[in-house]
Amino acid sequence: MFDSLQDNLKGAFKTLRGKGKLTEANMREGLKMVEQSLLEADVSYDVVKEFMHGITKEALGEKVMLALEPSEQFIGLVNQELINLLGPVEDGLNLSKDINIIMMCGLQGAGKTTTCGKLAKLLMRQKVKPMLVAADLQRPAAIDQLHVIGEQVGVEVYSDRDNKDPVQVCRDAVAKAKADGCQVVILDTAGRLAIDEELMEQLKTIDRDVQPDHVFLVVDGMTGQDAVRSAGAFHEALELNGVVMTKLDGDTRGGALLSVKHVTGVPIRFIGVGEHLDDLEFFRPEGMAGRILGQGDVVGLFEEA
Amino acid sequence: KKTVNVLNTDLRDIVKEGRLVDDAFLEEIFALMIRTDMGVASASKIRDDIGKKFRARKVEFSDLVGSAKETVREIMQQGSADVNFAESGPTIIMVVGVNGAGKTTSIAKLVYRYKEMGKSVVLGAGDTFRAAAVEQLTVWANRLNAEIITGKSGSDPASVAWQATEAAYNNDHDICIIDTAGRLQTQSNLMDELGRINRLINKAANKVSEGSTAPHEVLLVLDATAGQNALSQAKGFSEAANCTGIVLAKLDGTAKGGVAIPICQEFGLPVKFIGLGETPDAFAKFDVDTFVDALFDEN
Ligand SMILES: Nc1nc2c(ncn2[C@@H]2O[C@H](COP(=O)(O)OP(=O)(O)OP(=O)(O)O)[C@@H](O)[C@H]2O)c(=O)[nH]1
Ligand SMILES: Nc1nc2c(ncn2[C@@H]2O[C@H](COP(=O)(O)OP(=O)(O)OP(=O)(O)O)[C@@H](O)[C@H]2O)c(=O)[nH]1
Ligand SMILES: [Mg+2]
Ligand SMILES: [Mg+2]
Repeated sequence: MFDSLQDNLKGAFKTLRGKGKLTEANMREGLKMVEQSLLEADVSYDVVKEFMHGITKEALGEKVMLALEPSEQFIGLVNQELINLLGPVEDGLNLSKDINIIMMCGLQGAGKTTTCGKLAKLLMRQKVKPMLVAADLQRPAAIDQLHVIGEQVGVEVYSDRDNKDPVQVCRDAVAKAKADGCQVVILDTAGRLAIDEELMEQLKTIDRDVQPDHVFLVVDGMTGQDAVRSAGAFHEALELNGVVMTKLDGDTRGGALLSVKHVTGVPIRFIGVGEHLDDLEFFRPEGMAGRILGQGDVVGLFEEA
Repeated sequence: KKTVNVLNTDLRDIVKEGRLVDDAFLEEIFALMIRTDMGVASASKIRDDIGKKFRARKVEFSDLVGSAKETVREIMQQGSADVNFAESGPTIIMVVGVNGAGKTTSIAKLVYRYKEMGKSVVLGAGDTFRAAAVEQLTVWANRLNAEIITGKSGSDPASVAWQATEAAYNNDHDICIIDTAGRLQTQSNLMDELGRINRLINKAANKVSEGSTAPHEVLLVLDATAGQNALSQAKGFSEAANCTGIVLAKLDGTAKGGVAIPICQEFGLPVKFIGLGETPDAFAKFDVDTFVDALFDEN
């Protein structure tokens, strides 16, 4: 479906081989192509603009290397800059306390509940005992969904079907987790729009009340331009300290991740790559940069050069 | 309940300042349109049309919206339509889409809509895969007082679809809506499964009522927050399941769902309904003019 940026860039830089320096004039066409490619990958307009400004400055005056096609050299710069912006990585969670609370939040249908299960499974493998908490009292059968997932993973699920107050549910769950010797409590909150004041206030109350050690925003990998607005609003309300991007098992280029990283500045912790509870991976900026550029294997290209 | 979060300079203000339509202004229009997720091609078209009509002139805000409406209408070439109802017998509707797009909730909304019109509805809980998906649809069926056909978790979704179709004909329902599990368009075996469900619905309809063809409508549910991947979704699901229309869910947020514009153009799929919240009544028929007005709403 997408033209290969690499091929197009070859054309744009054809006349440049082995000749002097990159200038604004001889890069113009190539810059335009990269800009368009990033927009098609769903990187937010403003982030693209800023990125293009930075990359132009970076590339200006750069000597065209003899060993490489100028187009390859240029895309290498772009790729490296994307990697810089997406990183640094932070593998593993700091779980130093007796009881560590992780709160999942995000828009409706992003993949929060599934990710709670995946995270619990990951922790189990590390011999850490997690508890899942059904704090979504809104979506029909959300509690059942978490129970089914909990059963699949083999972890305790706390729920209270009679309680209408998610804040109280979270509070009670933490007490229960302490009593049961669970080291990690994972709160599955209801999906909500960042502009829904009432529901955002509720999330802030949970945040104040149980003081989670980690607040993760779960973002759908197919998200478009809205990512900046919603992630910005969640970050403003909750001070996120991690992002999980889901549904990257498909063919989405996932440019929204760059937007989310740009507005929150917090590390991207995990990516979701399937519906099964094993389908959670640590984040690697290298692969993601190539994917956003629509360029499978830029990294390989540069290792050879 | 909602706050308007103005992050960008409001176009209305820019126009009020009496700026000329020049390159910088056209770039602002382009940026605004890109932010709706309509993609580079559609955004360029709207920008260029405005440029052609108004370059070097001063414009009113309404001129801009008017021009964009014309362009979008030209690109989308669709009116406002309900589902394709069967000429006789029950109307069978199949609902498909990627994970978490809003399929099951949109089904609840359709039930509410047709119940309000005095029609009787039966549901087929064809998502036998996702945790508690059957329970979720059952909650809606109970709340909205609709019959529901379910299979065991992990059972064959095509068999649920078959039974629901049969029930629709045998119990004289007006409408039958079949839910399916979310899947990504790149998962070819799961996409093939949709084709199989589709064919079995037809077979069931034919068996109960000779000469009938079904489903009458295959609705692709798109998440309005989705970006350009929605084009790939429309392609994949159309090919696998013969989609006939789109439900654009989650338009109550800040996302504009602009990607529906190129989708409509490339795949000839009309947008039929929009989702505006999590309750069954938060649903409306699609209207191009309202849609374009909202594209210019900078919240
Ligand atoms: N393909 C794929 N599907 C996923 C992934 N993560 C979650 N899903 C699916 O996405 C859909 C929504 O996931 P949920 O976990 O229910 O999302 P949620 O954010 O809890 O949704 P709400 O509670 O309604 O806001 C389900 O069909 C999941 O199976 C992923 O990484 N890849
Ligand atoms: N704000 C808002 N939320 C919606 C809308 N439609 C659905 N949702 C929410 O989005 C989430 C996912 O909706 P579902 O109907 O479960 O989506 P689905 O496509 O059936 O998901 P899977 O079956 O897991 O693939 C739920 O939390 C819904 O309440 C809408 O129009 N607006
Ligand atoms: Mg959930
Ligand atoms: Mg569903």
